[in-house]
Amino acid sequence: MTVIDRVHKARPTQRWVGLGAAAVTWWALYSVNLPFWDWLIGDVVGLDLETRLGSGVHFFFYDTVKILLLLTGIIFLVTVLRSFMSVERTRAILGGKREGVGNVVAASLGVITPFCSCSAVPAFIGFVAAGVPVGVTMSFLIASPLVNEVAIALLLGLFGWGPTLLYVVAGLTIAIVAGFILGRMRPERWIEPFVFETKLGGQTVDPGMSLTWNDRIQIGIEEVKDILKKIWPYLLVGIGIGAAIHGWAPEQWFADHAGPDVWFAVPLAVLMGVPLYSNAAGILPMVEALFDKGLPMGTLLAFMMATVALSLPEMILLRRVLKPQLIGLFIGVVTVGIIAVGYLFNAVIPT
Amino acid sequence: MNIKILGHGCQNCANLEKATREAASALGIDATYEKVTDDASIVGYGVMRTPGLVVDEKLVLSGRVPTADQVQELLAPLA
Repeated sequence: MTVIDRVHKARPTQRWVGLGAAAVTWWALYSVNLPFWDWLIGDVVGLDLETRLGSGVHFFFYDTVKILLLLTGIIFLVTVLRSFMSVERTRAILGGKREGVGNVVAASLGVITPFCSCSAVPAFIGFVAAGVPVGVTMSFLIASPLVNEVAIALLLGLFGWGPTLLYVVAGLTIAIVAGFILGRMRPERWIEPFVFETKLGGQTVDPGMSLTWNDRIQIGIEEVKDILKKIWPYLLVGIGIGAAIHGWAPEQWFADHAGPDVWFAVPLAVLMGVPLYSNAAGILPMVEALFDKGLPMGTLLAFMMATVALSLPEMILLRRVLKPQLIGLFIGVVTVGIIAVGYLFNAVIPT
Repeated sequence: MNIKILGHGCQNCANLEKATREAASALGIDATYEKVTDDASIVGYGVMRTPGLVVDEKLVLSGRVPTADQVQELLAPLA
């Protein structure tokens, strides 16, 4: 019997005991991770952890396990909490909102609504056809990938509360302001006409309403499996590059070419990030290693925001409902927002 | 029974179709399958999060890929 089937049939006591056991196991693994690799690589294999090779190898294994644990724990928690929310409910809440307030609510809901950019098109049509203003819908679509659970999990684990909160607030601000600006530009003229003609038929099944706790836990486990399956290649490549940077990259070179004194580092990082398609799991291990090398946090986070917020596959999907002018403006406004946030972070976070 | 799988031919839709076919054959249901990939029609069924499962024009599930067992529970009362 698979774990999913077990959860599906669990009685309440079994369920809570099972969850408790999982939490304890998680905590034990997380606590033992650092001493274990210190011991295995330092004492058993006999590498000197101060050397390039030793610290690179140690970084690779320690970070892989740490990041996998963080992802598992946080994706599970976030998914279970999000199962109380749904795209349908979000649309109902946004239905009566005007621009301004609507943008703020839409961006916040973008963070807590279970959603994947692969559903961006049906969600866009569903919102707009139901009368949600285009700019408000945009705020939702920008916030959803930008402030995502993978990024939050990793930022929290690698950099702590401060940068994580700053990231969330900055991501929300970009989504609110960009959606508001786009909404002021009469974007309706750049939307394929069929969107407005779509009839919303039938009854809506609200997937959040009828779930039991067993269902929610099951969805949480499925989501962890799905996301890990999707991101592990990015993660390994990211950690590999991170380990190489950690052990070998010369600090002076980075300081000279991308340090706090290089004024064009932020826009350059963003322009590099936009066409690059990865996710937070692939980028953050590199960000961590580069931060250790003295690169400013704002430059690094701007790079990450650019890769996760604007992706080519999503733009190609959105082309089915948006005309090229609006896609261009969308990319432009969000890019400018990310650059601004990068400079702001560099000004407030010391390296 | 007429079964429609709503979505853009993503991996999730393929998995949903597989689970549904397994469930239907386990229940001995004779069904015709149809893929709906057109955005306007998908939204027309009330789906904003793909994949979606429509049985005899009624939306029974959206936004996740269930196991074959779960689809069986959904289909059994409709057969």
